[in-house]
Amino acid sequence: MEKTIYGYVWRFSSRQQVTMTLMSAASLPFLYLFYEVPKTIINEAFQGIGIEYPLELSEKLTFSVFGLDIPLLGPFEIAVDQVPYLFTLCALFLILVGINQGFKYTINVYKGLTGERMLRRLRFELFARVLRFPLPTFRKMSQGEIIPMITAEVEPLGGFIGDAFSLPAFQGGYLLTILGFLFMQDWRMAMAAVALYPLQLWLIPKLQRKVNLLGKERVARVRRLSDKIGETVQGVQETHAHDTSNFVLTDFANQLFWIYGVRERIYRQKFVIKFLNNSIQQLGPFCFYSIGGYFVIQGELEIGTVIAAIAAHKDLAAPWKELLNYYQMQADASIKYDQVVSQFDPAGMRGPDYQLIEPDDLSPLSGELAATNMTLTDDQDVPVVDGLSLRLSLDKRYAIIGSGGSGKEELTLLLARLLDPDNGNLSLGGNDAAILSEAVTGRRLAYVGPSAFIFAGTIADNLFLGLKHRPLRPAQEDDEAARQRAVYVDEARRSGNIEYDLDADWIDYEAAGVDDADALRRAGLAALQQIGMDEEVYRFGLRGTIDPQVRPDLADAILRARTGLRTHMAADPALLELVEGFDGDAYNLNASIGENLMFGNPVGDAFDVEHLAEHPYVLDVLEQVGLTEQFLSVGFQVASTMVELFADLPPDHELFQQFSFISADELPDIQALLQRSDRANLAALPDEDRAQLMSLPFKLIPARHRLGLVDEDLQGKVLEARRYFASHLPEDLQHAVEFFDAEKYNASANIQDNILFGKVAYGQAQAADRVGALISDVVLELGLHEAVAEVGLSFEVGIAGSRLSTAQRQKLALARALLKRPDILILSEATTSLDSASQAGIVDALLADFQGRCLIWSVQRASMAEGFDQVLVMRQGRLMEQGEFAELSQGNEHVKELLASE
Amino acid sequence: MSLNEEVELLRSIPLFANIEPSKLKLLAFTSERLAFQEGQDLCKQGDIGDAAYLVVDGTADVVIEGPDGGKLTVAQVGRNAFVGEIAILCEVPRTATITATSKLDTLRISKDLFFRLVNEFPTMAVEIMRELAHRQEQTNLQLTEANRRLRELENGGG
Repeated sequence: MEKTIYGYVWRFSSRQQVTMTLMSAASLPFLYLFYEVPKTIINEAFQGIGIEYPLELSEKLTFSVFGLDIPLLGPFEIAVDQVPYLFTLCALFLILVGINQGFKYTINVYKGLTGERMLRRLRFELFARVLRFPLPTFRKMSQGEIIPMITAEVEPLGGFIGDAFSLPAFQGGYLLTILGFLFMQDWRMAMAAVALYPLQLWLIPKLQRKVNLLGKERVARVRRLSDKIGETVQGVQETHAHDTSNFVLTDFANQLFWIYGVRERIYRQKFVIKFLNNSIQQLGPFCFYSIGGYFVIQGELEIGTVIAAIAAHKDLAAPWKELLNYYQMQADASIKYDQVVSQFDPAGMRGPDYQLIEPDDLSPLSGELAATNMTLTDDQDVPVVDGLSLRLSLDKRYAIIGSGGSGKEELTLLLARLLDPDNGNLSLGGNDAAILSEAVTGRRLAYVGPSAFIFAGTIADNLFLGLKHRPLRPAQEDDEAARQRAVYVDEARRSGNIEYDLDADWIDYEAAGVDDADALRRAGLAALQQIGMDEEVYRFGLRGTIDPQVRPDLADAILRARTGLRTHMAADPALLELVEGFDGDAYNLNASIGENLMFGNPVGDAFDVEHLAEHPYVLDVLEQVGLTEQFLSVGFQVASTMVELFADLPPDHELFQQFSFISADELPDIQALLQRSDRANLAALPDEDRAQLMSLPFKLIPARHRLGLVDEDLQGKVLEARRYFASHLPEDLQHAVEFFDAEKYNASANIQDNILFGKVAYGQAQAADRVGALISDVVLELGLHEAVAEVGLSFEVGIAGSRLSTAQRQKLALARALLKRPDILILSEATTSLDSASQAGIVDALLADFQGRCLIWSVQRASMAEGFDQVLVMRQGRLMEQGEFAELSQGNEHVKELLASE
Repeated sequence: MSLNEEVELLRSIPLFANIEPSKLKLLAFTSERLAFQEGQDLCKQGDIGDAAYLVVDGTADVVIEGPDGGKLTVAQVGRNAFVGEIAILCEVPRTATITATSKLDTLRISKDLFFRLVNEFPTMAVEIMRELAHRQEQTNLQLTEANRRLRELENGGG
């Protein structure tokens, strides 16, 4: 990248900078006129000095700008009197105001856009460079440093870039214009006005240099601070586990102190500069008053001349101040640019073509993978891989074994072209691997390491990530979208960004060996099955939701499963007890009173189950069907029972959390409430007390709590309330609840609940497991297993896959690598988080799958190498021996040791 | 069955006879009422035990599987029996498999609650000791009987 910010700005925005400068220049004559006209108004129109009316307007409206005569009226000749002359000039003044402000607006907008485009370009360039950093760079540079550099640190550069050339040109021009104006009036006065500028020009850069150094220090310290924050967030577990929060806080406070210190010095320096600057500025008037005044008294100078000089000096102050500000701003921007850009040029960075250019030949690799004398050293120059040579045939399966630190991990990274060797060559199918672009290595090879990363998004997003190299089919676009797309491309070009369409279809179906999205989902599930994750994804699917508008076929199938489940259960009385289905005309004993009343799923927050008792409509429904008193009475009984049961338990007792309707904090309140209330006259209670009691019955589940409070009378009334609730639901709440309907798919419930369409009964041993098994049976019977698993592909995995277990993340990463059908699959301890049974299953599956293809697996235990064609034994960065497992396990002492140490 | 009926039921069981009604109510409320179908296991030998069961109604077999895989039914239990307590008392895996031999109605008492009750009510601990001692005595008798028969067989064979 360009060494200085001016170089960068000039290279990418020279045309814009010239345009802005020209626009500024074009505005200057009008600015000159803007100063000239008021003078003419006062001298000629007010005072009529040296004027005889009527006068010839065309003569008068010919202004001399920098010695050039501009006739504003052209060839027309009009004679006017003093008053019309005044108004003509005033109108001209108004027009000039408009023109000047118009220029200002246009230039500012243009300037802003240029700056923002350049900022976009700079950020893009920096980010693209991050993607090309050699991996070891990230050991020295944390994300805590990189993020503020690309976001906050370059932000002010955008503002500066717009001003880089145009501001000095404009304000300089402005200054010169006024100076020119002054010189034309009286050259001595003009000289006096600028007499002190040389002093400022000499002094200020000297002071500014100190501020610049401090600015540099500040940037470095803030960067360290953000690095610290990033590190703390990542290692927050350790902070808790070892009680080091005070140390961490002190460390942070310490950093803040140093930043404050630097800030303080910057402020002092900056205001010293301002102080001197302003003082010098005021020296001008001082000279005018004292020296000019002296000469006026002496009678050597007209008083008017001194006053004019003071006014001119004042006019000069504004652009001069702008120029000095600009000087400080450019110093600041230069430092920032310099400090950011120097960080983004690490040694060994790959060129942009390495990623951007699509090679012509992407045919499958064949032949062999050969390394000659390959050496890799760590940052202390200790060889990790030491003069290693090997030849691997691309139709065999290799296991790499060795102890920790034997260099096997680095070897896999070298073979996958993720690390560059310091010495030696790697050739891939006859090509020098060093010049192969990422398009070849990233598609024909697949690498999965021990801590493969899962990105936020769905399982499908992660699974198909390895197929998204280039947009392959444009998105479906209407005219409006096409227009927006054109704007997008235009803007991308203006700021040197990539032009690809994010919404296009990026998936390379061919690479996965399929024709379309449907087939790809099936292939994805197959890959997950190979790796033993299909059942988990199926279960995600059961807990997932679908939109019946989008998938009416699936919704119908799930409704069939609902019927199927009912048929199964009807055939076996033992099963019938496990589920209590939803029936619009029957009270469900395994559901809470709240659920029975609403008889549907809340959509949005309006009817949140936890706060149902607070909803005015719900309360109104109770009132209408005459349930209020009964709810109060039941609430009172629930409260008394809870107080009786839990009053003498310690408040932190887990039974509270598990069983009580009332939290330990609320218990004393409730106790007091019970004491002051009269059971016979609950209606007389104050509103808050009533609300508290009313809320309790909503959570009551008869089959679970067995309090004997929900008798048939209450059930009947709740059913009545259910009907009233549904039939009187106000317009604005129509969409806040989706009622249970045996014939309809409930979009707000998950698939499992839709099939179940009821509640799993309390008090039946292993009811949940048995119902789960039953649902699985029904799903299989109807051939829905795959469709449900496909819904599971839409499961959101959370930040960095945090909603998946470590084992699931590893499995997903493996499936992702398998799906793109690589010629060479390189694994580095990629199954460490799995239990040994799943691990063995994956080894078997992959060995079978890669029969006749190339699999290179650095295994964590030597015994896993048994079924491979060849075993490579790594020791101290060298390839110690290569052979079949049977020989090595008998003949090689080191291998024997490795096997024995397991 | 409602909570109050359950409390009455608990009171009729010697183990809980001396516990005050409000505690029994807590026990009943926080314990899960669990029904088993014939053939279902309450617990499996070797599993981690986290609860004991009070048989409210029905019958079950207590089966021990020997190291050779042979199965021995050591007891048949019915109404009011308290089973599965050894694993939670001694922190050992389940020592036997308990299988329902009819439709079985139980109250599942979690380990935590069980210990709380034992701590608060020494009489309950005494009851449990009595029950265990009783079983020990039964076991001793059976062992003596077994030894006698074994000797008979050896003598008869020799």
